[in-house]
Amino acid sequence: MRRLNPSLVAGGLIVGLIVVMALVSFVWTPYDATLVDPVNRLAQPSWDHWFGTDKFGRDVLSQIMVGSRTTLFVGVVAVGVAAVIGVPLGILAAMARRWPAEIIMRTNDLLLAFPALLLAIMFGAVFGASTMTAMIAIGIASVPSFARVIRSGALQVMRTEYVLAARAAGRQPFPIAIRHVLPNVTSLITVQASVSFAIAVLAEAALSFLGYGTPPPTPSWGRMLQESQEFLFSAPRLAIFPGVAIAIAVLGFNLLGDGLRDRFDPKLEDRR
Amino acid sequence: MSVVADVNVRTSDVLTVRGLTVTVRDKTLVSDVDLSVGPGERVGLIGESGSGKSLTALSVLGLLPEDVTASGSVRLTGVDHELIGADERRMSRVRGRRLAMVFQEPMTALNPTMRIGDQIAEAMLIHGTRPGRGAARAAAVELLERVQLPPDTLRAYPHQLSGGQRQRVVLALALANDPALLICDEPTTALDVTVQALVLDLIVKGVVARAAALLFITHDLAVVATVCERVLVMYGGRVVESGPVGEVFTRPRHRYTEGLLAASDLETTQRRLTTIPGNVPPAGQFPSGCVFRTRCRHATEVCATTPPWTGSETTGFACHHPAEAVDD
Amino acid sequence: MTDTPAAIQVVDVVRTYTRPRTSLLRPAPVVRALRGVNLEVKEGERFGIVGESGCGKSTLLRIIAALDHATSGHVVVEGTDITRLPERRLRFLRENLQLVFQDPMSSLDPRMRVRDIIAEPLVVQGHPASGARVRELLEAVGLSADAGDRYPHQFSGGQRQRISIARALAPRPRILIADEPVSALDVSVRAQVLNLISDLVDELNLTLVFVSHDLSVVKHVCDRVAVMNAGQIVETGFTGDVYAAPQHPYTQRLVSAIPTLHRALAGATTTDLLAAKGEPG
Repeated sequence: MRRLNPSLVAGGLIVGLIVVMALVSFVWTPYDATLVDPVNRLAQPSWDHWFGTDKFGRDVLSQIMVGSRTTLFVGVVAVGVAAVIGVPLGILAAMARRWPAEIIMRTNDLLLAFPALLLAIMFGAVFGASTMTAMIAIGIASVPSFARVIRSGALQVMRTEYVLAARAAGRQPFPIAIRHVLPNVTSLITVQASVSFAIAVLAEAALSFLGYGTPPPTPSWGRMLQESQEFLFSAPRLAIFPGVAIAIAVLGFNLLGDGLRDRFDPKLEDRR
Repeated sequence: MSVVADVNVRTSDVLTVRGLTVTVRDKTLVSDVDLSVGPGERVGLIGESGSGKSLTALSVLGLLPEDVTASGSVRLTGVDHELIGADERRMSRVRGRRLAMVFQEPMTALNPTMRIGDQIAEAMLIHGTRPGRGAARAAAVELLERVQLPPDTLRAYPHQLSGGQRQRVVLALALANDPALLICDEPTTALDVTVQALVLDLIVKGVVARAAALLFITHDLAVVATVCERVLVMYGGRVVESGPVGEVFTRPRHRYTEGLLAASDLETTQRRLTTIPGNVPPAGQFPSGCVFRTRCRHATEVCATTPPWTGSETTGFACHHPAEAVDD
Repeated sequence: MTDTPAAIQVVDVVRTYTRPRTSLLRPAPVVRALRGVNLEVKEGERFGIVGESGCGKSTLLRIIAALDHATSGHVVVEGTDITRLPERRLRFLRENLQLVFQDPMSSLDPRMRVRDIIAEPLVVQGHPASGARVRELLEAVGLSADAGDRYPHQFSGGQRQRISIARALAPRPRILIADEPVSALDVSVRAQVLNLISDLVDELNLTLVFVSHDLSVVKHVCDRVAVMNAGQIVETGFTGDVYAAPQHPYTQRLVSAIPTLHRALAGATTTDLLAAKGEPG
């Protein structure tokens, strides 16, 4: 029996909880998350409103629940974009001859040196601020780290004798990439995806906070933070609830990433 | 002080191991190993993967991994306490002083950020076997000379040396404090044949010059036969046979020793080699009773019971159907 | 020597690598892995290549198998010069020459089932990869038919080496190249694998190129041997002769350094391993 890895369990639980919350929000929330109730503006937490209400009288708990959908959606699409571009680039860089590989990796370094948020703000300025532009910009900004990690894994696989045997049997490069390299870097892809997910969640919050992310009225944790600014002293809970939600989500995905890394690390793995 | 006169150890042996058993969780990896090494004696411990030979060495050194536990008794001459279960503080006074070791991978035994000379000098200063830094440096030069390395090796870092040179540095380190017992675990397995020859020769000369005892662990029968006087054959975590090298390797009694000798005989003029059927089971998954019975051509029902030890403590075997003891 | 046609001819093969530059001012360092290697392996012969780590034997193998390119010189396999051939014209080589590697851990893709591993060369070369052929191959290397459903990590080192051999034999090659095939195996299993290779080479009339650091193993398996040192072949001859009366000083040192049970029991010590017992001439 393999001993359970605490990071993996904790990360999995937190991420699972967020997913359940997002799924539940489709069928039930305490209130309509966008329902404006002028009578109940800035209500304290109570039995009616567990987390209180915001300046428009919207229920904070409902907004957090619906906001988790935005968070997960952004993460999935951004990581998807990053993986779909980054994984083939990484494998290509590992298998290509010296010069093409150099070009891919140096371009990669250039992109890596460019701040992700700046890229997203530029995208927002050019294509208009929306959840979609934010997601794609965050995704593109995550490509270099994906490509880099996958390349190092793919280089290791390319050096193995089973790849040599496949070449000696006449396998062409593309089938080698699909049959041998890709299956043997899936663990790296999983680890990198969960780490990138955490970064994407944080980036989306930051962008929404700056006004370049999810536009109103769709609830988003980042925008809830931004709207809470003016009440930071009178009603700090408006900042605390989404802030804690973001922190927990980021922690969850990072723990999951760490846990998966330990689990896949061949040095820690006894014979399966 | 750890160095006092022998009071508890009855024999004059340098190392006495009794009933050593090593377990990890529910698996038994080494069972009931008895082993002694006399003063100046060179003893080989031979076995294949999963035989428990390295775990036996690590138990003596007190260097088992965290989740692995040893029971039984390990006594070393000049040390007034039991080595099994001794705390790290006491063991660190024994290791490198009374008891030294050389492992397969020399790089892990050397500090990559320290010059060779400083490492050797430090090994002596830690145990106070030289009066001061100057004396220790001078001793280091001589130690390096003994392993045929030039004096400028003192200023080198480990990564600047070849694998064979590093292993010679590790040997110089191990011999720095004139230990009573040197334990070598596959010290030349990672080296080329010509380098192996030199390192083996230096090991033997080093222990002979100090009248130190040697426990030499390897999978290579020919190396053991060249280096050692006495040999213990391990299989499946048990000592299955022991005796003088000339005896065990020419007139093996245990069926495993017999099979191993035949399988490693590449001098044969026949195209086909004699084989032992089957595979070595993974560690901890050997059969009950005689550990070799699943691969033995002579096994019968009685082999399901653990065979008793036949013979004396230093020369004997544990087999229900031993090979004939005829002289040829 | 007989006039059997040559299976492999290596002519003046040089291989140099350029290491990445370590300084802006000095030129990039050049490693000379092979410095003009010549050898000829006859059809049906069992040919050994012996050398210590870094002597260039692995580089030579890869060049013979067209997995690496010679900087200069030629490699001719079964009459065809493969040195400058593009991959698409190497099909005959990919079918006729197969390899078995040293490390039974890294030579099998951990994510593939054994039957897919063995069938890979067949699939690649467009042969029908029938279950019957895979079972036949498994049986030929002494594994049960149900082994095909399992993954490499479920096998011991010796069994994995059998799987490697089955994969190499799948396209019915005429030349088998074995790169240290028993170095990572336990002694009791080594004999089984050596017997298996020997039997298959006989049954299938293969040309065998057997590379090892261990001259005693090569002596048992091969008819002729080439001894390599520092990128060159220093001595070639019948294995028995090279073993009994080495000519080149390097070979003399190598032979005397090999510990053998026979010599040890006759009283040889570690000091004797260092004394090259070279014979004059």
